[in-house]
Amino acid sequence: MLEIRNLHARIAEDGTEIIRGLNLTVKKGEVAAIMGPNGSGKSTLSYILAGREDYEVTEGDILFDGTSILEMDPAERAAAGVFLAFQYPVEIPGVATMEFLKVAMNSQRKARGEPELKIPDFLKRVKDAAGSLGMDMAMLKRPLNVGFSGGEKKRAEILQMKLLEPRLCVLDETDSGLDIDALKVVADGVNSLRSPDRAMVVITHYQRLLDLIVPDTVHVLYRGQVIKSGDKSLALQLEEQGYAGVVGEAA
Amino acid sequence: MNVHATPQLTGAEASLVDAFGHRLADLPGDAAVAMKRDAAIERIKAGLPTRRVEAWHYTDLRRLLAKVPAFDPAAAVGRLEPLIAGSTVLSLANGVAVDKAPRTEGIAARRLNESLIDGSFASALDLQGPDDAVGALNAAFVADGWLVEIADGVALPAPLELQNIQAGGQSHVRLPVSVGAGAKATIVERQTGSGDGLVSSVSSVVVGDGAEVTWLIVQEQPETATHLGQFHATIGKDARLTLFVMNAGGRLVRQELYIRTTGEGAEFTLRGVNLLGGDTHTDLTMVLDHAVPHTASTEVVRNVVTGKAHGVFQGRINVHQVAQKTDAKMACNTLLLSDDAEFSAKPELEIFADDVACGHGATVTEIEKSYLFYLMSRGIDEKTARGLLVKAFVAEVIEDLRDEAIVEALEARLDGWFAAHG
Repeated sequence: MLEIRNLHARIAEDGTEIIRGLNLTVKKGEVAAIMGPNGSGKSTLSYILAGREDYEVTEGDILFDGTSILEMDPAERAAAGVFLAFQYPVEIPGVATMEFLKVAMNSQRKARGEPELKIPDFLKRVKDAAGSLGMDMAMLKRPLNVGFSGGEKKRAEILQMKLLEPRLCVLDETDSGLDIDALKVVADGVNSLRSPDRAMVVITHYQRLLDLIVPDTVHVLYRGQVIKSGDKSLALQLEEQGYAGVVGEAA
Repeated sequence: MNVHATPQLTGAEASLVDAFGHRLADLPGDAAVAMKRDAAIERIKAGLPTRRVEAWHYTDLRRLLAKVPAFDPAAAVGRLEPLIAGSTVLSLANGVAVDKAPRTEGIAARRLNESLIDGSFASALDLQGPDDAVGALNAAFVADGWLVEIADGVALPAPLELQNIQAGGQSHVRLPVSVGAGAKATIVERQTGSGDGLVSSVSSVVVGDGAEVTWLIVQEQPETATHLGQFHATIGKDARLTLFVMNAGGRLVRQELYIRTTGEGAEFTLRGVNLLGGDTHTDLTMVLDHAVPHTASTEVVRNVVTGKAHGVFQGRINVHQVAQKTDAKMACNTLLLSDDAEFSAKPELEIFADDVACGHGATVTEIEKSYLFYLMSRGIDEKTARGLLVKAFVAEVIEDLRDEAIVEALEARLDGWFAAHG
């Protein structure tokens, strides 16, 4: 479903190379964990998948269902089924959360040639999804993410993911800033979306998230490359030996 | 008003002087009113202000007001639903009152022409100073309006809407309102119309001690019309005035605000939204006097400018020497959406007291990229995402009004403007 081939990318503004020949394949239905120390390029990878302008791909390709997405803007990628759950979702004053959700869902439906959602249908979907994440509907009356706690922001991201039903979910350090209860709610939300038709890329620093979202494959990112891949036992090995061991082994 | 000698009248000035001669017999008023009118037209004759006059530096009225339309009292005026359902409505069509005074408890309203005829309104026709072109034009020609009194201690259950609708030609109206001590009122001033009219409108409110007033000026003239507005307010002891101004139309617009705190504990809030498009010029000018100790104000003006529009905000806060413990904050933020869009901001603080907290800031920005990326990453196309963010930029100011019915009604006006200006 997702195939990253020899990807090289740099920061557009100053030319600093962050991704240096990254290869990664994630199959339909697979949950792939990306682990790596700070500065290894994890978040950059997530932004590049979503199409953020601040990064420039200089070599290689990203194929989604066999088609390159490099020329697509973020909205087109989203409509094609790519979703990024942000590590730090931005607060957007003045944009009402409910209106945002409605516009986002209908934009994607329009891009796929589906009819707009009727209001009652839309409300029901939001209510159901919010309920399953233990979110208060009153929160959704506020401007987008404004005044939300760290945990509320992460829940709001998963809420959007549930409503938009993407085929590729990229979760960027979804565990950061969450206490264990919130982490469990968020992980349950993610697990409920696991499906044979959907792939997930779970970016994390720590093993603890992977106890709750059990990955099929684990990949270690270091200096912009995947230096080691394995199954979930690789995450346990990292937990015991630290990144230094794996990095030393690969070098 | 123009201190420099003007050897020859412009077409617009000549038309105004000429029209005054023709209308003299029809204009209501006793001898005292006639004298004020005469003084006012003398000011027009001396020449409309140019950019050499400081208060008009960014709005060269003499150049911008190239010609004025003839009076056309017979032009057809449509009915206008009030901004907020259930409001008490007082209308003016082509400058003349059309409704009977309503029988809403606590509101006493009468036509202004009566107060011109009996001369009781004469002293209100004095000019603000040598540069008061809007006041002069209005004093010379004002024929009608609504004079409203809201009784002490009354809390109006629904807003009062003052409509000024112009269907081409000229109209010059006044809307003086007094709100009694401890009263609560929401007053909507609608300025709208069709055609290429010239409108001058002077409204005023005396906010009594302990009263709370929300006043909304919603100006939506067609992009062919000239709108010259003035708003005066005094705010009494422990009283609150929240003024919201929305300019979303007009070819040439000048809206002046003159606010004065007159009692300790008075609070003033200004929230302004200028939505400017096409080939238009809009000037919002405020002069705020903190004239007594312990008064507070905040002013936030947000501007969205597109097309070839030019916008102006002049905000002047005078803190008088006695006005210790004044707390005043002013901000003017502008989003420029096209290469030819232009905005001039001139915030001024004149502080004669030594124990005050005053500040101002002005910014010109573009759309925040991280917001745009976030919205687009959810599948919202770039054009729609930009639209949402531009709307959000001004909606934030509207939401400060904290009254759901008002916020909803104003956001509907916003949507209308954005739909027309894509």
